[in-house]
Amino acid sequence: MKSLFSKIFSLCMMAYLVLPAMALAAGGGGASELVVVADTRRISGIMKYFANLYNTNILLFAVWAVVLTAAYGCFLGLVMDFFMSRTGLDLKSRKIVEH
Amino acid sequence: MDWLYMYMPIAGVEIFWPGLVLIGFSVGVIGGFFGMGGAWMVTPGLNILGFPMAFAIGTDIAHIAGKSMVSTMRHSKFGNVDYKLGFVMLAGTMVGIECGAQIVMYLERIGQVGKIVRWVYVVFLALIALMVFYDYYKAEKKKKAGIVDGDKGTEGITWYKTLHKINLAPMVHFKAAGFTCSAWLPIMVSYLTGVLAGFLGIGGGLLRMPALVYLIGCPTHIAVGTDLFEVMISGLYGAFTYTLKGRIELVAVFVMLTGAAIGAQIGTVATKYAKGYGIRIAFGFAVLGCMLSIILKQYKIDWAATALILGTISIISLWICVVMFKGAAAELNEKKLREQAASAYKS
Repeated sequence: MKSLFSKIFSLCMMAYLVLPAMALAAGGGGASELVVVADTRRISGIMKYFANLYNTNILLFAVWAVVLTAAYGCFLGLVMDFFMSRTGLDLKSRKIVEH
Repeated sequence: MDWLYMYMPIAGVEIFWPGLVLIGFSVGVIGGFFGMGGAWMVTPGLNILGFPMAFAIGTDIAHIAGKSMVSTMRHSKFGNVDYKLGFVMLAGTMVGIECGAQIVMYLERIGQVGKIVRWVYVVFLALIALMVFYDYYKAEKKKKAGIVDGDKGTEGITWYKTLHKINLAPMVHFKAAGFTCSAWLPIMVSYLTGVLAGFLGIGGGLLRMPALVYLIGCPTHIAVGTDLFEVMISGLYGAFTYTLKGRIELVAVFVMLTGAAIGAQIGTVATKYAKGYGIRIAFGFAVLGCMLSIILKQYKIDWAATALILGTISIISLWICVVMFKGAAAELNEKKLREQAASAYKS
């Protein structure tokens, strides 16, 4: 029993040491190519939906990311415009003076 | 104090969210004033807050796209964006970036990429800073001698005047920028800055802004606005490709954008109260800060590089805030006096 245990332990140790080298020799890439998975256990609602989308359909997630960034940028631009127009500053003309 | 920390589900880290807002704000101020994305400032900041480097770059690019949109909207109202010039340059920029990326891939194959890219970056930043300060020195000299170039005031370097003489069809008039030149001039300049941007792995605002001023002949304010328009488009494209690689934290993008939207207003409105050469000189100092930080990184003095970047951001954004608030106060004061004079005249 003891010998069987030591054989399994040796095999595991060998696999642990050799597998990464084998993976690299077979063309396995560096850490940057590892797949990242979003942790959905601590979140809920819309955050969970997007985290799940990140894990399952990265193309759709990418489209959402671009659309939402652009939409939020536009929204913030309009909100800021609303506030800035109430400062009393002239925000439609300026003099170009180089020196 | 748990409420000050926000969980980032993709990167899997808890982040101090007021720090994100502050980074967004500072870069919004600087980007809106100089017309650049400012990736070189954001990435180390995100890293300090605890973001893994792999996520910092993608998150940074997406935030830059949104922030540039806010700044472009404001600059557009001032008439600082020449959309025609922006679209013409976009073609050259895109092709250029792809060519630059191919050069990097070739260098990667021969195993020299990191070192070469960093030193080329340093050389170009040094040249830009030198050009900006030389331009100022020359303009000062001309001003003292009483030489005035046109209605915009004295200018130091005027290489664009020679380049405008190129008479290669089609000749295009750029209304907002106020000049006519061969369409090939902005296409070729944007192609070259695009190649450099692709090669250096940066957005390119740092290179395009001075190129627009010195080679294409844009007034500084128009160069800032038009460059931001370009940064916005290339940023959205960059955000898409980085997201496909899974290297983005959307929650952080939105938090940073909120701060950036406020900062962008300050930076953009500040351009109204600054002379073109004021913007150019401050830009020169920002470029110097960026260059020194890369040299420090090259020699593995990371703490000093980070301290230098954060110091540069703080000083420049504070200076821009002072320019904006002083200018705004003076404008409001003047307006009040005009109104009082008008009412006194009526009565």
